[in-house]
Amino acid sequence: MNEGRKEIFQIVFVLVGIIFLVKLFFVQVADKRYAELADSNSILREVEYPFRGLIKDRYGKLIVYNTPEYDLDVVVNDIKGLDSSKFCQVFNLTREELRKKFKELKAHKKEYSPVKPMLFIDRLSNEDFAKVQDRLDEFPGFFIQARTTRSYTTSGLANALGYVSEISKDDLKKDEAKFYKQGDYIGQSGIEAFYEKQLRGKRGLRFKLRDVKGIEKGSYQDGKYDTLSVPGEDLISSIDLELQLYGEKLMNGKAGSIVAIEPSTGEILALVSGPSYDPNLLTGRNYSSNFKLISSDSMKPLFNRPLMAQYRPGSIFKIVQALTALQEKVITPETRIPCIRKGMPGGIMDCHGSHTNEDLRGGITNSCNPYFYNVLRRMLNQGKANDPYSDTRIGLAEWDKHINSFGFGTQLGIDLPNEKNGLVPTPAYYDRAYNNRPWKFSNIYSIAIGEGENLVVPLQMANFAATVANHGYYYTPHLIKAVGKEGLPLPQFRERHYTTIDSSYFKVAIDAMQQVVEEGTGRNAWLPDVVVCGKTGTVQMEPIATDHSVFIAFAPRDNPKIAISVYVENAGQGALAGAMIASLMIEKYLFGATRRQYVEDFILTKKYLEF
Amino acid sequence: MRRDYDISGKIDWTTVTIYLALVTFGWINVFASVYDETAHQSIFDLSLNSGRQLMFIVASGIIAIAITIIDMRFYETFAYVLYFVLLFILFLVPIIGKEVGGNKAWIGIGSFGVQPSEFAKFITALAIAKYIGSVGFRMDNLRNQAVLFILIGLPMGLILLQKDTGTALVFTIFILVFFREGMSPFLLVTGICSATIFILTLLIPNPIYLHIGIGIILIGLIIFGKKKVSRIVLLTIGALLISGVIESVDYVVKDVLKPHQQNRIKALINPDADPLGFGWNVTQSKIAIGSGGAFGKGFLKGTQTKFDFVPEQSTDFIFCTIGEEHGWMGSLIVIALFVTFLLRLVFLAERQKNRFARAYGYSVACIFFFHFAVNIGMTIGLFPVIGIPLPFFSYGGSSLWGFTILLFIFLKLDAHRGQVLQRI
Repeated sequence: MNEGRKEIFQIVFVLVGIIFLVKLFFVQVADKRYAELADSNSILREVEYPFRGLIKDRYGKLIVYNTPEYDLDVVVNDIKGLDSSKFCQVFNLTREELRKKFKELKAHKKEYSPVKPMLFIDRLSNEDFAKVQDRLDEFPGFFIQARTTRSYTTSGLANALGYVSEISKDDLKKDEAKFYKQGDYIGQSGIEAFYEKQLRGKRGLRFKLRDVKGIEKGSYQDGKYDTLSVPGEDLISSIDLELQLYGEKLMNGKAGSIVAIEPSTGEILALVSGPSYDPNLLTGRNYSSNFKLISSDSMKPLFNRPLMAQYRPGSIFKIVQALTALQEKVITPETRIPCIRKGMPGGIMDCHGSHTNEDLRGGITNSCNPYFYNVLRRMLNQGKANDPYSDTRIGLAEWDKHINSFGFGTQLGIDLPNEKNGLVPTPAYYDRAYNNRPWKFSNIYSIAIGEGENLVVPLQMANFAATVANHGYYYTPHLIKAVGKEGLPLPQFRERHYTTIDSSYFKVAIDAMQQVVEEGTGRNAWLPDVVVCGKTGTVQMEPIATDHSVFIAFAPRDNPKIAISVYVENAGQGALAGAMIASLMIEKYLFGATRRQYVEDFILTKKYLEF
Repeated sequence: MRRDYDISGKIDWTTVTIYLALVTFGWINVFASVYDETAHQSIFDLSLNSGRQLMFIVASGIIAIAITIIDMRFYETFAYVLYFVLLFILFLVPIIGKEVGGNKAWIGIGSFGVQPSEFAKFITALAIAKYIGSVGFRMDNLRNQAVLFILIGLPMGLILLQKDTGTALVFTIFILVFFREGMSPFLLVTGICSATIFILTLLIPNPIYLHIGIGIILIGLIIFGKKKVSRIVLLTIGALLISGVIESVDYVVKDVLKPHQQNRIKALINPDADPLGFGWNVTQSKIAIGSGGAFGKGFLKGTQTKFDFVPEQSTDFIFCTIGEEHGWMGSLIVIALFVTFLLRLVFLAERQKNRFARAYGYSVACIFFFHFAVNIGMTIGLFPVIGIPLPFFSYGGSSLWGFTILLFIFLKLDAHRGQVLQRI
């Protein structure tokens, strides 16, 4: 049995070897094209850089586009008889500068190679390029490499857009797929970084014939071996550019942020960070010097406040408290708690305004501190354990669960890098803070009114306003509503997130927020022809500095179109700067124009920046 | 315990010599593939792949010696134990493994990573050899055949889960071993035919031509064969079945798969269909090899490789460096060495006196053959791009050790082929 099978193996092995050798003979010896393709003297390999995807606003207005830019590259081994005086004259260099350029080239030992194209002069201007182009054949070894650079139609939105610059050595090391090469450009922050994969496209490679003088003579073999570059995907942003620029105008001279969200989709309409910078500064030839200037600015214009600044939320947190307490059934909307004005522990709970014994709506409308001190005590001390320490611990864990379900305490997952978590204190957090000594309600009560250990980023505040507007759910806020031809946002932005609060409880909160604007602390946000729901917050900074002014709102009450958070550092009461800016933004978005000149004037003339 | 005699005289030194030649040439080429003219690097520089490869080679030497010292009965006795340990580790890899280049096929031990799938080959070979060599085994018994296919299917499936398709495909080559050990060629022929049909269906846009082709073959077979009614009926049924398969493949490919998935499959067969993906690699690698000409540009003189245009220069596409720097003559030497090596393995396998050793020997030969054929085939554009290393040449510790163990266990078995007879 199995006669002759050994021979089959031997024949197959030898046959494969022979097939390989024949094929190799054709590739290596008989066919001269491959050798020609590899010869850089007669055939020029030209890398074709892809166009980066464009970014447009929600109405199709162009925001980010590409403009061509030209680098002068050199292959050192191909340099022949360089006439340095002529070269200096054409490229407008002194002899000293030329010598320095060559020195620099060889200074980077690791990257330097005499056979690879190396960057010699970066970013020639259009005029320089036109002048140089015709005389390039006098300098063999040097050639122009075209690539594109980012340009912006606007001076706003800088922090959301981010910027593009040369890839760093660290990033190059991390790039395991080996997509990037040294000298390539990559999105460094904002949308440019988050959507790098979609925006970047794919490089191409062309083979071009050259004659002895190095002049191009068309494509090699009709482009049979060329690979075309593939442009990146275009992005449609959810930003309303006009609203964005208006918001930036209002924030001029102030530190803080405005975040506006469409509640029904989670699309971000405006994302203002103040102070900011002009994105056009971080592109083109002056990138390095401008970057140094901007990054060392004491006001930190590169700091994207809407998602990186972690603030205490202040009284806007009373809405979250109310909803949590209703869900836990420790109060009803009718629960009345007498306001004892002053004399509460610590002084932080002292109250303001004229009210004495309010129910939940009244407590919110007048932003009554003692009311919410009592609400939180009922929440945390439900008598589930006998000693007050364990009882608070159980209550706080329960409280955390509800607060976290609104997206507080962790990154929401916006399509921008560097989003901060904020902080919702947990039992473990207090154990650490108190060095494992026992703690109870009387140690931690200041979280009742959004002071104390709570930290929230403005994006989470706006998302909270959207959640209330939606009666209990939210879509993760995002800046890009359509990617490429598919025309959809990324899948994680199409998914509803529900809070742990029954949607029926939201009506009470919304009633109260309407009342805040109509007769409570938020009257400055009142608008004709539309029902605005809002809540003020004044984050205590006294006596070190002026308080921060905070406001969250959404409008219209039914079928809300916009939810917003405004945070202005050191601007005093939330009833002023916060409420005014929020109402102006809402008015601008819903009606296309603002009708209260005095409010606008008030905001535009105020500057709260402390230099 | 019986003492192992000095076996240095019995080890097949011809194979060892070819092994050493391949490993040395491989090491030199790993250096050439990473060499930078201006940096004045040494081949021993540990920051380079070549320096590390030398460490791997030294370790391989130690492993090879250890294998020849261990009692030869160990390999057969513990074949199944090793096999189950392997399955367990492969099962763990997707859970505890670390991600390298998009797939999770590595296990980290400190700063050091190994690829368990590289060791799966020799362990699976031992297991199937032991099963084939066991008392009462008959290749024509369906149950025995099923067990063999499960033995290769389990590690293959687990490796597929790590998305390491290339390594998983290596396991299909065991079917050749079964064939040598008496399996009917029917399965082999059917397999090759169905693969051909599948590929033809993808390549030929209108299936009607395939049907016509089958019709012509059918008529030819009827006219020129014996004209017995039962034979004609059987042939006709066969042809109709094949036509049915073509229609269903055609349906699956063109209606169920989305266009981009179709392209990916087509690109696997025809690199030109995807000039930006697979096509890029193949074109660049052909240019590099082709530019070598008949005698090459000379050691360390390759420029294509220095352009970084060829991907995976020191691992899967190492043959580019050989082709570019040593030309067709270099290719000839490497291919001749490999074919000699394979023929020698077949010769050794045939002189074994028990089925275990012979089946293992054929497994070794077939695994090396698969790697050799697929790797060089893809580099020169004869085969779809499947990322598997060229034995002894490609940079990497796990693969070199895996191949060394695979080979030296067989050489150890071969050295003791006389004793095996006495034991039985």
